Amino acid sequence: MRITLPIAAMLFGVCVASAQAPATPEDLAAGERLYSTQCSYCHGPRGEGGRGATLTRPRLSHAPDAQSLFEVIEHGIPGTEMPGHWFTPREIWQVVAFVESLGRVAPQKIAGDPTRGATLYAGKGGCSHCHTVNGHGGAVGADLTDIGARRSPSYLRESLIEPEAAVPDGFLQLELLTRDGRRIKGVRLNEDTFSIQIRDLAGNFHSFFRRELVEINKQPGKSPMPSYQNTFTASELDDLVFYLDSLRGNR
Amino acid sequence: MKWATLYLLFALRLSAQVPYERILQSAAQPENWLTYSGAYHSQRYSTLDQITRANINHLKVAWMYQIKALHKVETSPLVFDGVMYISEPPSDVTALDLRTGRPIWTYRRPIPQVPVCCGQVNRGVAALDDQLFIGTLDSHLVALDMKTGRVRWDVEVADYKTANSITLAPLAIKDKVIIGIAGAEYGIRGFLDAYDAKTGKRAWRFWTVPGPGESGNETWSGDSWQHGGAPTWLTGSYDPEANLLYWGTGNPGPNYRGNLRKGDNLYSDCLLALDADTGKLKWHFQFTPHDVNDIDANEIPVLVDIQFRGKPRKLVLFGNRNGFYYILDRLTGEFLLAKQFATQTWAKSIDEHGRPIPNPATAPSPEGATVYPDDDGATNWFSPSYNPQTGLFYQNCREKGATYFLTEAPYIPGRQFLGASRRSLAGVEPWGALRALDALTGEKRWEFPLPTPPWSGILSTAGGLVFSGDMEGNFFALDAADGKLLWRLQTGGAVWAAPITYVSEGKQFVAIAAGSAIVALALD
Repeated sequence: MRITLPIAAMLFGVCVASAQAPATPEDLAAGERLYSTQCSYCHGPRGEGGRGATLTRPRLSHAPDAQSLFEVIEHGIPGTEMPGHWFTPREIWQVVAFVESLGRVAPQKIAGDPTRGATLYAGKGGCSHCHTVNGHGGAVGADLTDIGARRSPSYLRESLIEPEAAVPDGFLQLELLTRDGRRIKGVRLNEDTFSIQIRDLAGNFHSFFRRELVEINKQPGKSPMPSYQNTFTASELDDLVFYLDSLRGNR
Repeated sequence: MKWATLYLLFALRLSAQVPYERILQSAAQPENWLTYSGAYHSQRYSTLDQITRANINHLKVAWMYQIKALHKVETSPLVFDGVMYISEPPSDVTALDLRTGRPIWTYRRPIPQVPVCCGQVNRGVAALDDQLFIGTLDSHLVALDMKTGRVRWDVEVADYKTANSITLAPLAIKDKVIIGIAGAEYGIRGFLDAYDAKTGKRAWRFWTVPGPGESGNETWSGDSWQHGGAPTWLTGSYDPEANLLYWGTGNPGPNYRGNLRKGDNLYSDCLLALDADTGKLKWHFQFTPHDVNDIDANEIPVLVDIQFRGKPRKLVLFGNRNGFYYILDRLTGEFLLAKQFATQTWAKSIDEHGRPIPNPATAPSPEGATVYPDDDGATNWFSPSYNPQTGLFYQNCREKGATYFLTEAPYIPGRQFLGASRRSLAGVEPWGALRALDALTGEKRWEFPLPTPPWSGILSTAGGLVFSGDMEGNFFALDAADGKLLWRLQTGGAVWAAPITYVSEGKQFVAIAAGSAIVALALD
């Protein structure tokens, strides 16, 4: 079979890329440089997680091996905040090598009692008012069913103390003033040129045409979630973080 | 008598023919839509005035046709002799019965894996005599029998394996079919081609990146011209009197690493005026020399004959992706005006010759540089409309920035050739607007805000109406004079296409592609 030059070049490119020689220190350094400008913003400077998934674990849920990690970095994960990246194959492999080296970092140690944490979640914290675990709870806030697999303990702790430090996409807070004088605060579900749909803080759905509204006050970066700094004692916060970290999904 | 009329109509329908002379007379037969933008001047304005401000509340869906593909539908249909011709993604063509929206025939083309930046899309077909023409994603130009959809000829325009692709509607002129190329995100070398409509034989090629020894090659350092980009992926315009083609070109490659291609990088980000018979360059105007922000000039050149600063002038109006609205003399290329119409930070100003003073702080850097607009532009390929009744140029605008981090840019055939990675701006909600600019000054007269940066084209009509759509599925009509909302329809699918208008059985219709559907509307 005759292989045309461009195809041969493409095959060559892929072969070079997938015949993975062990990453050199130079590759790791290059991977770290790319990681620090492009990835650390969401995944933390050492992969400890944040707005993006925790990477300091030997096996990543969306990328169980190097090839799938390559795909995730190149194309992103549809339906999540993880975008694709315009890296060259070499650069992607360098980032893969660096991210894999993070997996060997020991996981964050956490203290606390997850059973007490579950009680605080349902009771004193009133968390289920807005959040869902395993299909039960409110929908004003994020679904927490697998939050322990997606976020690091330190991120979870920060979210409890300072919720507005990182508001996830898809939860824009807004306040509406209707023509008949009602003020409604909630989270945007949908918006188009002529209408807007929101869920108020009690979990009720509202739909308005713009002409029915006097004011649409968008509050990016704001969160309806209060700080729990003064609600919980330090050891209660430990318990709650431990409970949240134990939530690893229901499938 | 009645039978004779019917027979005549029937005969006319059977011999459905679109000679060049008929396309030249587009203005005299507004009941048809004969080219991508409705006529060679690309104003996307219609003198049809049955649908008006007063009766538009009676506008209803007459029929819908669902395309069985999941890709974006960007087609702008052609309409004549009782038939609507649409392209379907990736590179299919369907003829629809204008009365019912039912398909008459479909040309289906299996498409191999082609690297494309922005979806397996197609924007429409061209008609000439008894043939239709489609440019395919795998970079062929195909001529179809208008009545049957059967292939007359099929020629390779370029090699799709090195990421040459075709997404634009061809333009048919005299005895030729003009076709451009996409792939500047993958290091192609751009060109514009003309093919003999009867035989498919190539008549001429204009390389938009000049080779060694050609004028303009000196604006590329070293061998960088070889993968210089400057694609031609949007249908241009034609002035029959001057016999000049007007065509926009896109970004130089690699998109973001300017130090690999020092110089002005001609003819990237230009408007070209080419002799339609020979493809020879008459003049060029470069909007964005040495572009490092991917601000293609692949927009619609709108040709207008008008009194300008006290003199009758032949002008070309151009709403550019870089955020400026331009007016040039279309016979000489003389720069007459540039006026900012959307947020931009890449240029400090435009000098008296039309050359921008770039802002170096917005060039991609290792630490990240933020720029407005982002690489989707302050506007993009979606059609504007010029309305001679109001003297307004209607333009959909995008208000969105991003941060760009430099990366490597080695050329690997079929792989992206960019040189930066992009991050969206945290805590900033992008938005958009349909803006009405004074065509002679570029001053904004009014705007209609959109919650999401749009990708829809615009149609304006002598009924005093402006039609457009949004990303949430709304198709709407505004008062052409003041932008007041007059009518809307939630179609359920994002509008990635431009509206057209035509007459069927004595009634004016408006048609738009929304989601996977072609929606035809008329007064009830």
